[in-house]
Amino acid sequence: MISLKKMNQPQDTVYEQFEDLAQQQETYVLGMWSFLVTEVMFFGVMFMSYIVYRWKYQPYFYALHKELDWRIGGINTAILLASSFSVALAVHYHQKKKKMNVLMCLGFTNLCAISFIVIKLLFEYIPKWNHGHYPGPGFSWDNPYVPSHIAQLWFSLYFGTTGLHGLHVLIGVILFSVLMYLIAVDHPSISDYLPTEMLGLYWHFVDIVWIFLYPLYYLMPK
Amino acid sequence: MTTHVATDEKNYLQEGHTLASWLLTKDHKRIAVLYLISVSFFFFVGSIAAMMVRLELTSPRGTLMSNETYNKAFSAHGVVMVFFFLVVAIPAIFGNFLIPMQIGARDLAFPRLNLLSWYFYMAGGIMFLIAMMSGGVDAGWTFYTPMSSIYSNGQITLALVGAFVVGFSSIFTGVNFIATIHKMRAPGMTWWRLPLFVWGHYATSLIVILGTPVVAITLLLVVFERVAKIGIFSPELGGDPVLFQHMFWFYSHPAVYIMVLPGMAVISEIMACFSRNKVFGYHFVALSSLGIAALSFIVWGHHMFVSSQSMYQGIFFSFTSFLVAVPSAIKVFNWSLTMYKGSVWLASPMIYALGFLGLFTVGGMTGLYLASVGTDVHVTGTYFVVAHFHYVMVGGTLLAFLGALHFWWPKFFGRMYPEGVAKWNALLVFIGFNLTFLPQFVVGWLGMPRRYHYYYFAPEFQVYHVMSTLGASALAVSLIVPAFYLTYSLFKGPKSPPNPWAARGLEWEAAASPPIKHNFHGVPVVVGDVYDYDAEAEELALRGMTKEEA
Repeated sequence: MISLKKMNQPQDTVYEQFEDLAQQQETYVLGMWSFLVTEVMFFGVMFMSYIVYRWKYQPYFYALHKELDWRIGGINTAILLASSFSVALAVHYHQKKKKMNVLMCLGFTNLCAISFIVIKLLFEYIPKWNHGHYPGPGFSWDNPYVPSHIAQLWFSLYFGTTGLHGLHVLIGVILFSVLMYLIAVDHPSISDYLPTEMLGLYWHFVDIVWIFLYPLYYLMPK
Repeated sequence: MTTHVATDEKNYLQEGHTLASWLLTKDHKRIAVLYLISVSFFFFVGSIAAMMVRLELTSPRGTLMSNETYNKAFSAHGVVMVFFFLVVAIPAIFGNFLIPMQIGARDLAFPRLNLLSWYFYMAGGIMFLIAMMSGGVDAGWTFYTPMSSIYSNGQITLALVGAFVVGFSSIFTGVNFIATIHKMRAPGMTWWRLPLFVWGHYATSLIVILGTPVVAITLLLVVFERVAKIGIFSPELGGDPVLFQHMFWFYSHPAVYIMVLPGMAVISEIMACFSRNKVFGYHFVALSSLGIAALSFIVWGHHMFVSSQSMYQGIFFSFTSFLVAVPSAIKVFNWSLTMYKGSVWLASPMIYALGFLGLFTVGGMTGLYLASVGTDVHVTGTYFVVAHFHYVMVGGTLLAFLGALHFWWPKFFGRMYPEGVAKWNALLVFIGFNLTFLPQFVVGWLGMPRRYHYYYFAPEFQVYHVMSTLGASALAVSLIVPAFYLTYSLFKGPKSPPNPWAARGLEWEAAASPPIKHNFHGVPVVVGDVYDYDAEAEELALRGMTKEEA
């Protein structure tokens, strides 16, 4: 029988390579931060490419950014910010061992993540695909003020960067679903709040990347 | 430190004899052995490709293979040696095995991630082998665009995906080492008591986690460019191929230090043990590793002096490249001074370390020619560059790898190899290496371009190429011989005592050879300084005296 009232946790598991729980927790968090450093460098390449080409083609980039609707991007930004708040709450409740609250917060976060992907697909990716605005040999372009090849370059950057970010959101959805299941069934691998905290760190990172992507692609000054 | 070793206990090699007990192991020592086997295999593959290149160049007319086959041979040599040997060899084998033991831990922080890194390495390696056998790769190990993204017809996509996957293997190992070194040190193991082997690997791991993601995503962009025809690097779409070079070398120059810092880490250990002396200027050697790691990220532009990079960038990168010589020289001087007033013992690991010292110095000094913009314009793209980086990569990393293999072989497997053969072989490696690459400096300076499969326009270069190929053959022999005597020693070699070199350090003093599954009985407590050798007492002991009598 699954109880939703409180955390029915087993004794804290300390893996054999560690001396005590504190060491294990510190090590996991440090490992997570090191991993996030690699993620920053991953996205760094995409940002660097963007900077180089915007420097080179700023007037065209300004014209091209009107292809994106800042309102859709704004809604998605709000959604991600809300989800980051709720994941922070989830960590808080997990420390207090309030199982129902943890599940609700994680559920809300997951719902936000899924809506982010759905909005991105329905209002951005799919219409652009239908207009032939995807880089490659099938690219169709009829704006006489922007050369077709610059438009392709811009769409390459746009799809590459938001696609990489979207992939991270999708991975987040999968990880949140797994974590919620494990917490719901009191799985022994969830012996403390640390898995929630680590996934929370990951999620804040995904959020921060978007905080930079949104102004760079949607809110460009002339 | 306490020394208590029970001989009747199971060591890590005896904990299960099934295939699954190896392939699903989480023991860092067993994963190191898995890496030892697979890395040796890829080294063999890369060496075959090297021999093809050397054989082709014995004739100025390029009679042995077509130019396309030649391109595939040197590309295979470069990719396999860089991505599947040099970057991986010392950290994944010796770092994996020794870092937990040297800091007094039972295992790395994330054992499952460690095993996963080996599977990623194998997956990437197999992908590259398939690419090599089903058409090959002819764009060189640097995969410059637009050659790699548009014009090459080889199996570039699969090879790039393989390199991408093997990059994750490095990242996992790097994250693991950083977390382990920060959080898993035994009581009393302060930062300034860490062996320099650990310091070197710490600096390496920092470069790995900062650099590898950059090249991974860059190679992935080339894949997208080939498959989906997007155009980040395509000049046809307004993209900039030189941007690829910037992002590639942003990783791949630091990667040179990923390859050589672990080698330097090994040399510090060997120098101390076989000079019976504390490493001279221990703090400086430790910090110079971090200095190299920091500087490594601001020198990449020296690979692009002849590209469209601006002159002012060239001056900046030239200056920073000269700066890297400082921490490297600190290391070389301090190793030399470690031998001063020491009691030098010319065992086979020490011969490799001395070889490293000489060859790395030549490699480093010739690097200064390439760091100064004017000289570089003359020798760029010639065999001078080839000779330079082989002095650092082979003379440095490979000799350190062989030294480490001989030094820690008894620790890995508890057996001794025939020391006499090993010593003569170490000498043969040194001679064969110099015969291979010294002539390349000369022929490169005279103008022999790299990556050419013929040189009929300058038949007078043949004598240098023949010397080089002869040297490569000697080098090949000297690499096959250890494969035989080390394998032989596994079965027939005499059992080694727990500490055959009377070395200091937790891995020798507090653990058995081979170690038990959890490395130590209980948690070792460190009280003394690192490298507390006493060269004077040992010299006197050789003369049958004590300090008081003297």
